[in-house]
Amino acid sequence: MTLDPITLTVIQSGLQQVCDEMDLSFSRAAFSPVIAEANDRSDGIYSAEDGSLIAQGSQGLPVFVGVMQYSTATLIRMIKEGKVVAPKPGDIYIVNDPYLGGTHLMDVRFAMPVWRNGEIFCWLSNTGHWPDTGGAVPGGFSASATSVEQEGLRLPPVRLFKDGELDPEIYAIICSNIRVADQRIGDVKAQAAALYVGEARLTRMLDRYGDDTVREAIGELRSRAAEQMRAQIAQIPPGVYRSTAYIDSDGVVNEPLEIRLAITADGERLSFDFAGSSPPCQGPMNSVIATTLSSVYLAMRHIFPDVPISAGAFEPLTVLRPEGTFLDARYPRPVSGCAAEVSQRIAEAVFAALVEALPGKVSAAPAGSSGNFALGGEVPETGQSYVMYQISGGGYGGYAGGDGISNGCSTIGISKAPPVEIMEQQFPVLYHRYALREGSGGAGAQRGGFGLDYEVEILRGHARASFVMDHGRFGPQGVLGGGDGAVNEVRVTRGGESFTPEHLSKAQDISLAAGDRVRVKTPGGGGYGDPATRDRALVAEDVRLGRYTAEEAEALFGGA
Amino acid sequence: MMLDAEDPKTAAGKAPEMTEKTLTGTFAGIDVGGTFTDLVYYDSKARGVKLAKVPTTLDNQSKGVLAALDAASVDAAALDLIVHGTTTTTNAVLERQLCKTGLVTTLGFRDVLELGRRTRPHAYGMTGQFRPIIPRDLRLEVPGRMLADGSEYAPLDEDALRAALAGLVDKGCEALVIHFLHSYANPAHELRAREIAREIWPNGNITMGHALISESREFERGVTAAVNASVQPLLRRYVERLADKLSERGYDRDLLVMNGNGGMVSARIVAEEAAKTVMSGPASGVMAAAYTGRRAGIPDLLTYDMGGTSTDVAMIRGADPAVSHEIEIEYAMPIHVPMVDVRTVGAGGGSIARVDAAGLLQVGPDSAGSTPGPICYGKGGTEPTISDANMLLGRLNPERLNTGAGGVSLDTIREAFATKLGGPLGLGAPEAAAAVLKIANAKMADAVRMVSISLGEDPRDFALFAFGGAGPLHACAIARELGVPRVLVPARPGITNALGCIVADLRHDYVATVNKPLDACDMDEVHALFARQVADGRAAIGRERVEIAEEKITHSVEMRFIGQTHLLRVPLPDAAPTRADLQALFEEAYFRRFQVKLPEIRPALVNVNSSVIGRRPEIDLAALIDGSGRKPTLAEAQTGTRQVFFEDWTETPVYWRDHLPLDADLAGPAIVEQMDCTLVLEPGDTATQDADGNLVVTVGERA
Repeated sequence: MTLDPITLTVIQSGLQQVCDEMDLSFSRAAFSPVIAEANDRSDGIYSAEDGSLIAQGSQGLPVFVGVMQYSTATLIRMIKEGKVVAPKPGDIYIVNDPYLGGTHLMDVRFAMPVWRNGEIFCWLSNTGHWPDTGGAVPGGFSASATSVEQEGLRLPPVRLFKDGELDPEIYAIICSNIRVADQRIGDVKAQAAALYVGEARLTRMLDRYGDDTVREAIGELRSRAAEQMRAQIAQIPPGVYRSTAYIDSDGVVNEPLEIRLAITADGERLSFDFAGSSPPCQGPMNSVIATTLSSVYLAMRHIFPDVPISAGAFEPLTVLRPEGTFLDARYPRPVSGCAAEVSQRIAEAVFAALVEALPGKVSAAPAGSSGNFALGGEVPETGQSYVMYQISGGGYGGYAGGDGISNGCSTIGISKAPPVEIMEQQFPVLYHRYALREGSGGAGAQRGGFGLDYEVEILRGHARASFVMDHGRFGPQGVLGGGDGAVNEVRVTRGGESFTPEHLSKAQDISLAAGDRVRVKTPGGGGYGDPATRDRALVAEDVRLGRYTAEEAEALFGGA
Repeated sequence: MMLDAEDPKTAAGKAPEMTEKTLTGTFAGIDVGGTFTDLVYYDSKARGVKLAKVPTTLDNQSKGVLAALDAASVDAAALDLIVHGTTTTTNAVLERQLCKTGLVTTLGFRDVLELGRRTRPHAYGMTGQFRPIIPRDLRLEVPGRMLADGSEYAPLDEDALRAALAGLVDKGCEALVIHFLHSYANPAHELRAREIAREIWPNGNITMGHALISESREFERGVTAAVNASVQPLLRRYVERLADKLSERGYDRDLLVMNGNGGMVSARIVAEEAAKTVMSGPASGVMAAAYTGRRAGIPDLLTYDMGGTSTDVAMIRGADPAVSHEIEIEYAMPIHVPMVDVRTVGAGGGSIARVDAAGLLQVGPDSAGSTPGPICYGKGGTEPTISDANMLLGRLNPERLNTGAGGVSLDTIREAFATKLGGPLGLGAPEAAAAVLKIANAKMADAVRMVSISLGEDPRDFALFAFGGAGPLHACAIARELGVPRVLVPARPGITNALGCIVADLRHDYVATVNKPLDACDMDEVHALFARQVADGRAAIGRERVEIAEEKITHSVEMRFIGQTHLLRVPLPDAAPTRADLQALFEEAYFRRFQVKLPEIRPALVNVNSSVIGRRPEIDLAALIDGSGRKPTLAEAQTGTRQVFFEDWTETPVYWRDHLPLDADLAGPAIVEQMDCTLVLEPGDTATQDADGNLVVTVGERA
């Protein structure tokens, strides 16, 4: 039987629907605010043979766009090689090992086979960001870790659920090694329940259309997605496109890390070569290979958002394995910064390389940092300890169609930042400002968006501040003659004296007391095109609204 | 106004609990939609109904309202009540045609309205724009600070406030927002600022942040207040002008205006909380659905309102529409007042079909809109749409093509399907059109299912309520996709929003935040909160001079497990639950929703809610179709047959809805046409008619 194109489209949206329902179910039931509010999770369907991606939820965090297929592929390979116990119906694996197709330790993956007549039809897998997996600092983002053991508990693939039941022994080991363990049971149950939801929906679909039809459709959809991606790539004139992006430092050695990228286009394929990038680093800014690949994919999806996410869409994209660089980290290199920061620099390198070839589709560099500021302390009245996270946005790059938006979220995320009122309810702090960072947008015919400028004071007790941010040394790049966005700035005022951390955007455990303050100014977006050609009315408007002073506007955009 | 308690229908025992009172007098519900202004006139004594549909007059909606009264030959002077649904505020917000509005806010926080919650318009694509509702030069800061516990950290600087207010007046602001951090915990600074503003501000258009919603989250509360202020003068002017016009015609009663919560409120006070009228149109349609469903004995409904550019879906449980406090009407535009939870799910009749780069047929998201619209509109459209597919397949009456000014023929449409879709897909024109419908229906079914699941329900436990111009064309096919067993098609699907205006209740919703672990809550305090909400609601209804048949009060709480952020709403049987009751009801609701039990974790009580509803006296929906027009037999109601494409071309009977005998039993395939709407019964479907003239379709097995 050959499939008609209509059934094909219906199965395509049906598979998508299965994943979207898993996404929805996972966030609604999750406890971790990182999952429930920030949607730092993803769900997908993977092939039984090689773990390649069949479909992925549209509400998943972008950074996971390709990563789980490596995780699932590794699991399947390890089962075949006898390194992992083979599954029986009712089993769910847990794994967070970054080197086995992951990101950092906090992204915990679950994987479950879907059984049909005693055979595995496909795998369902999801990943969720747990608030803590042990290690040196609460939350796992240790800016000065030098090995993965300092970052937290590392789990190889093991069956956490056996025959539908949670294994209390494995669970007890996990709970003894992580912070705030009593709430994790809620996330574990939510993560497993999402897989069950997917299984039920997929089973209904298989019953309706037949296993063979769906299998055939999956194959056909894969090759058509590849075709679609090739059609998009055809817009890029053949040639080699180069770019460079920088990370301030690895948090341990205060020198910039360099990403060098050369993209070769041949009319229907793109090849990504990171040769010449910095070697593996001592601090946690290494990227594991799965995250590096995923970062390339998510950047391409930002450029071509219409191509559905599946292994087929990735087929025309070849990423040469960047061996010997910090973008292919091996055990025991620390990796906590890879998902939040390095991934965004990789995406930025892809944007910068392709912006001239695809002028209508790519923007100048966005702020591209998650702006992680963690404050751990104790409420003096109750003695209760707390960990506060402030994530923040920054300006997006200008693009052919307009100025970049201000305070946009990270390139790899879609999550909302917490309101100041909620932060002040939960933690003994006071925000003195939460404002648009004036003057920060890179100049251009279409200027970059503006960053954020906030200042927090410790009201009571003591606390320790840690930062994992970036773009403190070099601002987000402007393109086609546009200026760079403003750099990230961190200013700590302690005992009446102000200082900037040595690594500019990264620091760990700065101890603070009541009355001390932290001020953060996040990057502006890069400008697009020659600032002198900017519409004069728009320049005047920005001055009128106080986004630039008249002097800044004069200097950046030239006289009116 | 007199009540007619001796209505014979009540005596007959129909829905006895609701019908102690029946509405007497003459009433007009007038709903202004994007394209048409609809009117339903109801005369209780004559049991007569008049309907009108006239073009909406976008520049001044009141012209269309008066035209509708004229079209139905309704004498405004003789009316007992006019209830009005308006899109004045909706359009103003979506098109940013707002009044010049100024903001005074806490020092350091004037950019909150512009910074939002740090997101982007689309998950993929680093582009897109966001325009704050109040521009930066009209957002001024004033020293003074409250803390989260309601204590004052720094006093309000009244001199700075006066200077800021004077500055905004100088800049020509017409409305004012006073929005300070933590005003939900202690509104003293906002109240004092309003006192001062009243001395300085040239008019009464002053909105305080905590007045509409007293909940934390400065961006959401601020946007809600800013929307309220910036549409307030517009709405005030509009309703005053309309009231004047009606009064010129001799109408001397209260004009009521629909709110987004599905209740109505007097025009005299509606502008105070103008933000509540945003999205009132869709809400009133859902209210009519709930009303119709309750009378029909089908109280659990998913409403399916398909129009030209989009489709709205809402859920009704036990004849009560789901209400949400967290609606975002577009990207980064949250309006956090209670509104009927209507979700827009994309495709409408104008959605364009195309073959994508992968060779797959896709329907939407692009739409031909209303200009040029689908090809069949004859206004220059060239892209094949869902409406064109319906026309080509005979589901819509091809004779209606001739009425279009452009004189488009069926051949034009056939040609477009053959070349743009059929060619690339290797299909003939009708097969391509059938494929478009199949894909559109599957996608819309998925969208409806997502809405249902996100509200925690299985769609198969509901009936589909089909309305809007295109709802009944697709409802049966979508119900089959969803596994929904029944479809309820009301007597007048095309004027459902206007009907909502005359059946809607008076309604006031209250939310109070507790946010404590359940075992640390003072239950006496919780009970006192409920009591105060009820007292406030009763007082509010008392101020509205409208006849009510019955007072209905509902209570619920929102709870979560400690550590969780999402809330679960738990309806309560009364206003005096014990702590153990709340624990048990929450656990039960949680298990029902997630199939997970969490005895390990303690719950928290977050919000305490009450709704005080003034139920209006009953309206007899049977009057919507004039009984005297009904024919004695089905055969006489048949206007002919035509070729309609289902799996293949099928000779299909066509009926005129108003002529159907009351006891009509229909079997698909069949087409039922009426003034502004067409129902398609697919092969295998059957339909019966109830006393109110609703068609109740039983969806057949999959063909």
